[in-house]
Amino acid sequence: MISIKGRQDGLLVTFDKEHDWDAQIAALEAQLDDRRSFFSGARLAIQIDQRTLSLGDIQDLQARLARRGMMLAAVISTSAITQSAARHLNLATDLSDYRQPATQTEKDVVTPRPEDEQSAALVRRTLRSGQKIHHPGHVIVIGDVNPGAEIISGGHVVVWGRLHGLVHAGAMGDDSAVVCALDLSPTQLRIGSHIARPPEEKRRRRVRPEMASVWDGRIVAEPWDSKKRH
Amino acid sequence: MSATVITITSGKGGVGKTTTTANLGVALALAGKRVVAMDADIGLRNLDVVMGLENRIVYDLVDVVEGRCRLRQAMIRDKRLSELYLIPAAQTRDKTAVSPDDMVRVCDQLRSDFDYILVDSPAGIERGYQNAVAPADRIAIVTTPEVAAVRDADRIIGLLEAEGKDTPQLIINRFKPDMARRGDMLGTSDVIEILAIELIGIVPEDEAIIISTNKGVPAALDEKALAGQAFRNIARRIMGEDVPFMNLRDSSGLFSRLVSLIKQ
Repeated sequence: MISIKGRQDGLLVTFDKEHDWDAQIAALEAQLDDRRSFFSGARLAIQIDQRTLSLGDIQDLQARLARRGMMLAAVISTSAITQSAARHLNLATDLSDYRQPATQTEKDVVTPRPEDEQSAALVRRTLRSGQKIHHPGHVIVIGDVNPGAEIISGGHVVVWGRLHGLVHAGAMGDDSAVVCALDLSPTQLRIGSHIARPPEEKRRRRVRPEMASVWDGRIVAEPWDSKKRH
Repeated sequence: MSATVITITSGKGGVGKTTTTANLGVALALAGKRVVAMDADIGLRNLDVVMGLENRIVYDLVDVVEGRCRLRQAMIRDKRLSELYLIPAAQTRDKTAVSPDDMVRVCDQLRSDFDYILVDSPAGIERGYQNAVAPADRIAIVTTPEVAAVRDADRIIGLLEAEGKDTPQLIINRFKPDMARRGDMLGTSDVIEILAIELIGIVPEDEAIIISTNKGVPAALDEKALAGQAFRNIARRIMGEDVPFMNLRDSSGLFSRLVSLIKQ
């Protein structure tokens, strides 16, 4: 009924002609809610061919997306009425206009493609405060993850450097995901549906590689030991 | 001869961007360079006060951009240094009165007559910051050794990287060696470890700065002020000299202060 594709600059949702608009919206909402934490914060464009949408229809969709922390950025349609309604709301009507402003760092967002779910995204630089990586598969960072940076990954997360930011591994509900870092001291760590934050007291611990995983319903970090089977 | 445009920015407010701009302007002019200091903080202008030139303002940057005066008419010559000029911001308007393109155009007009154009950026990452950064050839990020300031500096560095600007350089301001030694304040190495960019200066916390900012006489003019010395050193590093960092470790006593000054 609908298809969701990842693009460089956000998600593209294509609606088909046959189905009823309300039914398709319901299907979209169901898919978004399914992976809520993953889609949250994403920008979205909809492609609806010659279907006519009123200003009210688009505003209704905007409100539904806003409730999920998402933003409607573009409406691509061949209908002149739909186009003018979209322009009235300051939305792009063309995929080429549908770009991130240059000053935003959201171009770091790697958008989900269903076929990517098993693949890994490699980031070969330091992630700084305000930068965000969003990837359905595994995420590997060669560099530091500074405080204020975020990684949301559908799979495992490996940081070859200091991990001081926020990481959510297994963001689509996979509790078996792990997070490894040379220096594992995140602001907050999430694996699947679990959340942990480091102990409040500042201990001068010896920095060594660690791996965090869910054990008995809790997130546990252990020093990396190659002799042990992980 | 074409001027280098250096934008001084920080993300967080109150870390000393304006003080740094004024002092670097003075220090570069003392070294014989022709310098313009431009206040891009439209609506909250301060640079004129810190430079002690507030009562000479007739026209400002917005007047230039909107064509009410020629660029030269808005340039105020410093009362002490003949090769230092100020272009003040408007106090009655807001950031939208100027666009990034306007800033590039104004700076390009100035380039042929000067060695350095210093742009004092407002705090934040919105329009005012974008205006200030648009014309920059080099960017100096000012931070204090505080977690919040370092976090914001990191954000700015990330934004500049995303825009494809050259890696900025770092100035650590209001550094208190005693507190850092006791572990009550981030040390310079902690800051550099997070930000991982080139350090071009450490300015110690100095009462002389507060006195001088209130009087409108930048501390860089004061031979004795430790912070003034730090700013003069940064100016020399900007000009490409290799100046060792001041020894700030034992700055508590007068004797050790003298020793550290002599060591320069």
